[in-house]
Amino acid sequence: MYETQYHRATSVEGAARQMGEAEDGKYLAGGMTLIPTMKQRLASPSDLVDLRRIEALKGVKITGRTVRIGAVTSHYDVSTNVELAKICPAITSLAGHIGDPQVRNMGTIGGSIANNDPAADYPSALLALDATIVTNRRSIAAADYFIGLFETALEPDEIITAVEFTAPDRAAYKKFPNPASLYAMAGVFVAKSGDTVRVAVTGAGENGVFRLEDAETALAADFHASALDNLTVDPNGLLSDLHASAEYRANLVKVMAKRAVAEIASRPM
Amino acid sequence: MAKVELVVNGRAVKGEAEDRTLLVHFLRENLGLTGTHVGCDTSQCGTCIVHVDGRAVKSCTMLAAQASGSTVTTIEGLGLNGELHPLQAAFREHHALQCGFCTPGMLMSSADLIRRHPDGLDEATVRLELEGNICRCTGYHNIVKAVLDASEKMGKGAEKAA
Repeated sequence: MYETQYHRATSVEGAARQMGEAEDGKYLAGGMTLIPTMKQRLASPSDLVDLRRIEALKGVKITGRTVRIGAVTSHYDVSTNVELAKICPAITSLAGHIGDPQVRNMGTIGGSIANNDPAADYPSALLALDATIVTNRRSIAAADYFIGLFETALEPDEIITAVEFTAPDRAAYKKFPNPASLYAMAGVFVAKSGDTVRVAVTGAGENGVFRLEDAETALAADFHASALDNLTVDPNGLLSDLHASAEYRANLVKVMAKRAVAEIASRPM
Repeated sequence: MAKVELVVNGRAVKGEAEDRTLLVHFLRENLGLTGTHVGCDTSQCGTCIVHVDGRAVKSCTMLAAQASGSTVTTIEGLGLNGELHPLQAAFREHHALQCGFCTPGMLMSSADLIRRHPDGLDEATVRLELEGNICRCTGYHNIVKAVLDASEKMGKGAEKAA
């Protein structure tokens, strides 16, 4: 790792000030991607501003069906939140299957979506849940937030403070993890509220997370896994690498979407 | 330089380290606690796992400065008063190690796993939850047996104590 200066922030304002004084700084949350990247010398920020100890960014708050997850809430804390599991088990289950237990103990929702890895799990949930990403300056709809590979609508010095969404009537997330890295080779989040169905796909798109509108239309008409039997997922625009071709990923997307719908159907109402 | 203050295995320690120093290097080089290993150095193998504020973390993926102010337990702090921890005893009983390099991380990870599942564990859960620990010798079978055995014994111990 190249040299860096570490700063521990105790407030969002303080963190923004510390970043303003840095030559080429980066915010540090759980560090589960940033620190390995720095160890490989693929990133060399002059300064790290640690957000993880800022109390105002921690915790899950539920009001009725409105959910607010603080940006530095760990995957473990999301996955074990009993109240959240009652109204949106899809997101607690998703958080409980990110990486391995050590990653879940340190990794945070804010860090995950700030990094926007094309194979990260959370982006599919936030897009399917029509979530709002709250920063120290503004609120951004998930649809406007995820721009491309590792690219978001965030300004370089902007800080995510929380993620907000309304719990859907029913939802599920299914992924096919790469057996070595555990990153999703295709992950599909299906959310249904009233007659509206939203389906978002991670791990597969060349430009990161995207909505699968054909599946949404089919499921809005008939919310059963069999409604996707005739779905054709276009491999154009899907990732192709040594782990899976675009055609294979296209098939995985369909299979994961069907599994997600089947899981929803198998749960008691 | 960063000032690092920790409570490690019950003892308050203070030291200085470069800001970029990883927690594992601080533990090994500044404190001489070499039971925590560096295996892959790419955050995948889990030999460096310690508990920070009661939770298992990869000490090769956390800066010492980030950990400052925390309570840390390393493999040296797992047993009590010279006695093997029930997990260590189970690893010995079930021949859950061969070369032993991954064992400190396996034990620290398993201790956290058992703590999170006070009602007991099944084989599938143990295999899933040890995903962050790589062993190149055993094929995992005996490790899984040892963790299940320790979980059962520790559960019964807790009932007795209650």
